[in-house]
Amino acid sequence: MDLALIDALWTVVVMVVFIGIVLWAWSGKRKQGFNEAANIPFNEDKPASSDNISKENSHG
Amino acid sequence: MTDQQTYNYKVVRQFSIMTIVWGIVGMLVGVLIAAQLAWPVLNFDIPWLTFGRLRPLHTNAVIFAFGGSALFATSYYVVQRTCHARLFSDGLAAFTFWGWQVIIVAAAITLPLGITTSKEYAELEWPIDILIALVWVAYAVVFFGTIIKRKIPHIYVANWFFGAFIITVAILHIFNSAAVPISLFKSYSAYAGVQDAMVQWWYGHNAVGFFLTAGFLGMMYYFVPKQAGRPVYSYRLSVVHFWALIFTYIWAGPHHLHYTALPDWAQSLGMIMSLILLAPSWGGMINGIMTLSGAWEKLRTDPVLRLLIVSISFYGMSTFEGPMMSIKTVNALSHYTDWTIGHVHSGALGWVALISMGSLYYLIPRLFDRELYSLKLVEVHFWTAAIGIVLYIASMWVAGIMQGLMWRATNADGTLTYSFVESVQAMHPYYIVRFLGGAFFLFGALVMAWNIWKTIAGAKPAVGSIPAPAAAH
Repeated sequence: MDLALIDALWTVVVMVVFIGIVLWAWSGKRKQGFNEAANIPFNEDKPASSDNISKENSHG
Repeated sequence: MTDQQTYNYKVVRQFSIMTIVWGIVGMLVGVLIAAQLAWPVLNFDIPWLTFGRLRPLHTNAVIFAFGGSALFATSYYVVQRTCHARLFSDGLAAFTFWGWQVIIVAAAITLPLGITTSKEYAELEWPIDILIALVWVAYAVVFFGTIIKRKIPHIYVANWFFGAFIITVAILHIFNSAAVPISLFKSYSAYAGVQDAMVQWWYGHNAVGFFLTAGFLGMMYYFVPKQAGRPVYSYRLSVVHFWALIFTYIWAGPHHLHYTALPDWAQSLGMIMSLILLAPSWGGMINGIMTLSGAWEKLRTDPVLRLLIVSISFYGMSTFEGPMMSIKTVNALSHYTDWTIGHVHSGALGWVALISMGSLYYLIPRLFDRELYSLKLVEVHFWTAAIGIVLYIASMWVAGIMQGLMWRATNADGTLTYSFVESVQAMHPYYIVRFLGGAFFLFGALVMAWNIWKTIAGAKPAVGSIPAPAAAH
């Protein structure tokens, strides 16, 4: 196989991978998981106090 | 409470404060060189203060000292808080802080002395390059080490962007800086001719794409939702945004070499990939701005949020302008003119600086357990910065397009209508307006520094405790 063919095939592979990622991201099954993921920045304080920053000992 | 039950805020605090310090230094040098272009006498006939030496000092200071420190601070904060884990190694984290400061000081000494590789945005000579590589590897170990020990199974999207930024910048820096040293302060690139140019702009453009974009998108995906108090508009869009950016950005570099010795097909490839880049860029912009969907009224009352959202708008604007300028026929007019400088600053001031400053307004009060001293001053900062950016980019649009048109104008007999110096003379009023724009922006940064100083003066460092794992309940 010459280099040009490998390059061409690689382009196709990357394209297919990308389309796969888009389909995966938009599949209904991912909805719940993505919802939880999107809320990760807001779960930072659980189960510590409601304040982001605590000077007290929390039972870490 | 042991160390392992708290976050490492110390290194975040250090980088946050130095972001503001280096921001002011870098912008001050920028304003000085802008003034020099309008009034050349301001170089005082001192070689160390000439434009050619101070310009790389300005770019290195604002990109790597200001932007770099902001990226270290926010990535260390975000990775800890979204992984529920302390940084992988306090010692290595401290090494990245002190190492980075040494690099900045070394740059501030060597560049005015004229010690340079002459590669744009990679001017530092080889001993400093080696230190950068060491610090960067330590950064990667700290960041990914923290990801590995995370307590949250999912890796939050902001960390993907920070991670891509760290890996890509390591590769870019190591390959582009490959050189043959001939003395302590002089080396020659390992590449020659057009290959050297291509490697340089593969580096240069991806420094924009990964240092100045991916890293700051990491900030966007954490600090905009936090400040708005609602999750990102679409998480699935953020996943596609990430991969689309990764797959396309790396190919856009050749648009810096239109109409050069670079093969034509490579130039066209760079143009096409630059045009494709509009899609992921705008996908990300929409995702950031639409996070406010249903809460737009917050923009009226929260100047920090306004700073963040306006920065995303500038991201959208400059990522539209960039692909347009990469079109070869547009580039034939815009390249080598001040239009390029205006484009860079709409990205650098509008996007990179404002998202960093907005993030710091969120971050610093939390690192010192204080309320922000004055929202009124944030308001003042916002408006002076906005006016400054508009003056800057509008004057450069006019100046750049005028330059391009004057350079290409020919008489009926084929001779040039204008001599070069006539185009320089025509720039004078626009260079004054640009100087004013930069001065406005710098003034806003000084207002911020005062506000932050009043916020943290006398404050005790905050301690962030890591929540117990859910299983412990």
